[in-house]
Amino acid sequence: MLEWKAFFRSASFAKNLALKILMGFGAIYFALLFIAMGVLAYYGLKESFPDPLVVINKYLIYYFIFDLVLRLALQKMPVMNIRPLLTLPIKSATIVNFSLGKTYLSFFNIVHAFLFLPFAIVLLINGYDVLSVILWLFSIIFLFYINNFLNIILNNKDNLYVLFLIVVVIFGASQYYNFFDVTLYTGPFYQSLFDIKWMIVVPLIVLVVLYYVTFNYFKSNLYLDAGLASKHDVAKTENFTWLNQYGVMGTFLKNDIKLIKRNKRSKTTIFMSVMFLFYGLLFFGDLIAAYNNPAMHMFAGVFVSGGFLITFGQFVPSWDSSYYGLMMTQNISYRDYLNSKWWLMVIGTAVTAVVASFYLYFGIHIYLMILAGALYNIGVNSSLVLLGGAYTKTPIDLNSTKGAFGDKKAFNIKTMLISIPQLGGPMAFYALGYYLINPTAGLVFVALAGVIGLLLKNKAFDLIVKIYKKEKYAALDSYKQKSA
Amino acid sequence: MIKVNNLSKTYNGTTVLKINDLEIPKGESFGLVGNNGAGKTTFFSLLLDLIQPSSGEIVNNGVQVNTSEDWKPFTASFVDESFLIGYLTPEEYFYFIGDLRGQNKADIDALLVKHTEFFNGEILNNKKYLRDLSKGNQKKVGIIATLIGNPEVIILDEPFANLDPTTQFRLKKIIKELADDPNVTVLVSSHDLQHTVEVSNRIVAMHKGEVVKDIKTSAETLRELEEFFAV
Repeated sequence: MLEWKAFFRSASFAKNLALKILMGFGAIYFALLFIAMGVLAYYGLKESFPDPLVVINKYLIYYFIFDLVLRLALQKMPVMNIRPLLTLPIKSATIVNFSLGKTYLSFFNIVHAFLFLPFAIVLLINGYDVLSVILWLFSIIFLFYINNFLNIILNNKDNLYVLFLIVVVIFGASQYYNFFDVTLYTGPFYQSLFDIKWMIVVPLIVLVVLYYVTFNYFKSNLYLDAGLASKHDVAKTENFTWLNQYGVMGTFLKNDIKLIKRNKRSKTTIFMSVMFLFYGLLFFGDLIAAYNNPAMHMFAGVFVSGGFLITFGQFVPSWDSSYYGLMMTQNISYRDYLNSKWWLMVIGTAVTAVVASFYLYFGIHIYLMILAGALYNIGVNSSLVLLGGAYTKTPIDLNSTKGAFGDKKAFNIKTMLISIPQLGGPMAFYALGYYLINPTAGLVFVALAGVIGLLLKNKAFDLIVKIYKKEKYAALDSYKQKSA
Repeated sequence: MIKVNNLSKTYNGTTVLKINDLEIPKGESFGLVGNNGAGKTTFFSLLLDLIQPSSGEIVNNGVQVNTSEDWKPFTASFVDESFLIGYLTPEEYFYFIGDLRGQNKADIDALLVKHTEFFNGEILNNKKYLRDLSKGNQKKVGIIATLIGNPEVIILDEPFANLDPTTQFRLKKIIKELADDPNVTVLVSSHDLQHTVEVSNRIVAMHKGEVVKDIKTSAETLRELEEFFAV
């Protein structure tokens, strides 16, 4: 009940119904994709292996560890709404079961059904033993719920998923290079869930034990000063005095650096920029055929250096949403404020462009592409994201990591339209030069667009400042409603 | 110092504020009292250009606040927690405001030393970010931050709420000191009649968005106000 109301009454609900429907279609698309994968996995593997189930069981360990990694990184325990229930006449066991129960139906549990259920059905069609298949399927489901509880217990440890990720990589690498094959040990276990009928008892017992552990852990921590307490970081005053020489802009830069360093949500922008940096490998490494054409390469060229610019810039000024009132009454000019954000993005882009020099491995032309993309990012995209930001009036809860992968509430048509030239522009410029003259001309075109953008920066800023002023009251108003 | 002409604010046809004429001379210590929804915060928000007036205007020291931003250098305010930056330590916050107001680190340090008593050892060097401080301690930071750079107009919305009795007492002392300075105009709003009477030399009571009482503080003021609000 409570949860439904929180959902329906959140400020963004009605506004984004259209988007929700769109996401619904997206979900259906992925569901179908998973089902197809579940069905096709059998027939695909059948061609080269005698028993697809054995192959699946062999590699299942990676699937489970990866699932746990994703959960640790993304799945969060819903504890916030528990507080008001504490003083009401409800048994604490009920409260714990309520909040644990919410995780049972989580996306992270349901999604696997789309993959394994069709696979199991295909197994049945192909004459596998009915009872064994059912027992195997249930064992797998139990194992996913074990992951579910593991995630809940381990959730309080920060950055644990990185550790698991490293484990996956080590196992994968040592298996690939024939050092040590973990699947030799785990494969037979998963296979035995199918071969031996009573083996289902093993995951079941583990699951039950984990449930009790989690339940007791939660119940004993159901106090404001224990499990429900918010964590406090030990603060250290940092003055960054070397930035003082840059005047008011230095003042803002100091703040922005602290903003990024000290808040979970903004830290993810750094993480994302690293992801974007390596995203280019998919394009230049010829891993995916559809990406292997000049325009797509340029797309990647912009992406590689633009990760920080895109993920940070699109939420200016939302980063400052929780204290926007202060910013608007202090002795601040919009131009200084925006300028400091602009410089931060430029520095971010420049640094990634330098780090990206490992792309030289793919040839000088590829790296020049990245540099041209960086120039375009600095000249054109930096101003464009700031322009888009003026229309993005989503308050940002700095402490939550939710929504790091594209905040759905920040979606609106104006921001969409503004983002088209961000990636489409350089693709078009490059393709134009590439096909009309030669690849080098394409690079020159993109770089030239960046330089022109840079020259027009002051003009662009006049316009952006005007829009920010116009949008000020609307922004203040929507920042007041905390994101639900 | 501050002039209000035919000011009104309307949301969806409901008028929440209507002040035809109000003048606050320089150096006055102005107290604003009223129940919830009386329009105190709306008035301060209009004064700080955080919301747009439906009609009329406010002129602060010759500057019309919703058309020019020139009132910002001499006006300081603390309305609510949205005036604090949660991920900064109190020191960093003070230096940040100081930077914006053209004060160097030494100026700020001097100001902080002066108010050591008010902080009561709970603010400085505590290894805590502002977001982790209690409501009362956050308020202390916000209030002292408004004193940075010797502003001529200081606006405090509900400064006494959430403060412990000792701190309330100390805050009264600080506001009275400001009130004694003929160059500083202080605007304070509160639910608490007694506190407001003590620190202000003029009190305006609001009810449903309109000014219903405007009195110079005297020995009689508190009784008069109490009679008005006792229903």
